[in-house]
Amino acid sequence: MSDKDLQKTESTAVTEKVRNVKTFVPRVDIYETKDALFLIADMPGVDEKTVDVELEKNILTISGRVENGKIKDYSLVFSEYEVGDYERTFTLSDEIDREKIKATVKQGVLRLQLPKAEKVKPKKITINVA
Amino acid sequence: MFGPGIWRMKRFADSVPEIMDLQREINRLFSNVGQATALDYPAINVWEKNDSLVVTMELPGMEPEDINISVTGAALTISGVTKADPLKDGETYLRQERALGNFQRNFQLPFQVDSKKVEAKYEKGVLNITLPRLEEDLPKKIKINS
Repeated sequence: MSDKDLQKTESTAVTEKVRNVKTFVPRVDIYETKDALFLIADMPGVDEKTVDVELEKNILTISGRVENGKIKDYSLVFSEYEVGDYERTFTLSDEIDREKIKATVKQGVLRLQLPKAEKVKPKKITINVA
Repeated sequence: MFGPGIWRMKRFADSVPEIMDLQREINRLFSNVGQATALDYPAINVWEKNDSLVVTMELPGMEPEDINISVTGAALTISGVTKADPLKDGETYLRQERALGNFQRNFQLPFQVDSKKVEAKYEKGVLNITLPRLEEDLPKKIKINS
């Protein structure tokens, strides 16, 4: 793996925040099954209260807010990573049944189950003899 | 090249974190040359207060029992394994960016640690280890007899 893959990537796409924090791009795994799309995102520092999932038309946005990560009474003496918010946007190609989207957060990992919508079945139109 | 010399950083303890960020950026700039940076994964932050250190590490999505922490004298080792979701036949990854597999990191700490008092916490995917200094290792004030 290259260095870039291992370090957190700062997001350049998001609009500026009111809070003076950096925004990072969470690393994701996406896999597809017959009837659903699974998205797993690494967002260490978030829990179910601070993560947001939005689906507008076929644009899926996941975002997470992270507390500044400071430890009370302690001072930082050595640092390899930075703490900040997360945001990432995806364009979905398939129709998603938005009523059935399931999202869980466990130990800083967001798991999304996006069930594919039942395709509109082609209807046969019978022509009546006039 | 510019390894984690934790004890040498102590003289900057009062400085703002921005200096740390700058130092890390510069280190990254220079240490890329022919260096296996995979050894520096997962990243850590080290915090200090009087006679204890706190080491934090971002380890999303693990089970606490899959993380091994060991302390011997002034050496700290953190290792573990992260697993991927088992896939059935015909299911494929469209995107695979998360770092999965084995990892291990070793650190030389600036003092002897009281291994009985070490506490580790794992919340929201962030590992938090508190390492108190061994009492016998604390600097002693020497009385001068007149």
